[in-house]
Amino acid sequence: MTSHSHDHDHDHSTLSEMDVRVRALETLLTQKGYIDPAGIDRIIETYENEVGPHNGAQVVAKAWAEPEFKAWLLQDATAAIASLGFTGRQGEHMVAVENTPDQHNMVVCTLCSCYPWPVLGLPPVWYKSAAYRSRAVLEPRKVLADFGVALPESTRIRVWDSTAEVRYLVLPKRPAGTDNLSQTALAALVTRDAMIGTALI
Amino acid sequence: MNSVHDMGGQQGFGPVHLEKAEPLFHANWESRAMAMTVAMGASGQWNIDLSRSARESLPPATYLSSTYYEIWIRGLEKLLLERGMVTQAELEAGQLITPPAKVNKVLTLDTVDAALKAGTPTERPIAQPALFKVGQKVRALNMHPQGHTRLPRYVRGHVGTIVCLHGGHVMPDQHTLRALPPFNVAVEWLYTVVFDGPTLWGTGSDPSVEVTVDAWESYLEATD
Repeated sequence: MTSHSHDHDHDHSTLSEMDVRVRALETLLTQKGYIDPAGIDRIIETYENEVGPHNGAQVVAKAWAEPEFKAWLLQDATAAIASLGFTGRQGEHMVAVENTPDQHNMVVCTLCSCYPWPVLGLPPVWYKSAAYRSRAVLEPRKVLADFGVALPESTRIRVWDSTAEVRYLVLPKRPAGTDNLSQTALAALVTRDAMIGTALI
Repeated sequence: MNSVHDMGGQQGFGPVHLEKAEPLFHANWESRAMAMTVAMGASGQWNIDLSRSARESLPPATYLSSTYYEIWIRGLEKLLLERGMVTQAELEAGQLITPPAKVNKVLTLDTVDAALKAGTPTERPIAQPALFKVGQKVRALNMHPQGHTRLPRYVRGHVGTIVCLHGGHVMPDQHTLRALPPFNVAVEWLYTVVFDGPTLWGTGSDPSVEVTVDAWESYLEATD
């Protein structure tokens, strides 16, 4: 037994069933020539380091600071967001929905896990969970309570179920007392959950 | 199909669990599973609707007891097996035993960035005028197709109001009718339809709630 195969065997004894299964699949698909492992690494790197909620936060901050951009975002979110360089997979058709004192918006995908990747990155586990997917449309106020959010009874809650290839970005209300902040400082206030509609800022 | 993936309005799953400082992936294999699924999707041997269909037609108990990326891996293996791109023996061995199938495209290091930036838009030109207009009342069909659909059960049979037209989009139910390329592409108008909470959830439900779904034209009918 070479030292290499010894290491290999040793690895397996400490790996979970899914680790083994996914490693086997990757080896097989690579041998078949269906995937390029360097391409796989690049996809992971993209979503680990480059694409994430900081993109969406830039969109929100710009909309708060620039009325023309906000109007464009609400009228044609795909184009407005693309103007900042955020395009592509799972964000091909974007719609932005604005929170107001009368209406709070909240996004879900009850059928799977549709989520606007170019602006928010990959979805968190809770967004994909049975609890969120089942309850967001039935009892959104109670779901918001799980997040520690309480809205006035007079605020209407509109839940957007992403059942097609349209992806939704919530434009949160701009907090009071932020008139003098730069767009960079504004972006730092914007959270992922606020852009899904399960948090306030 | 009416399977467990269609979760809107189901009860008994408990509170939403929030994780502090949640990592992007909870194990190394999750990142490989995500990226392999994305890369193989670009191979052109199936489309997004066929991949969703593969996941949601897993046995219900398997679907509910699997983590998210486990579902993706089970779906990916199923798509590969169905097309003869891999065999069960190969999956078990983690080794090539039979020659590869021909694929349309391999996502390489050089092509990944452009592919992710471009995505796969589903909007298509559509010649026929839209049947419905903004503000119009429509009923979501009461239908229970055996195959893939994106009309959730909780709106079926209920009346809502059109709030937006999104142009022509590739229709998912039709898009799954042929398993291999060239896929069956039908283009229909896509709408956002809003429903009042009490219309969907009845007596005692929260009157301040509205729910929207995005619905293709053939999911809807006029109410008058």
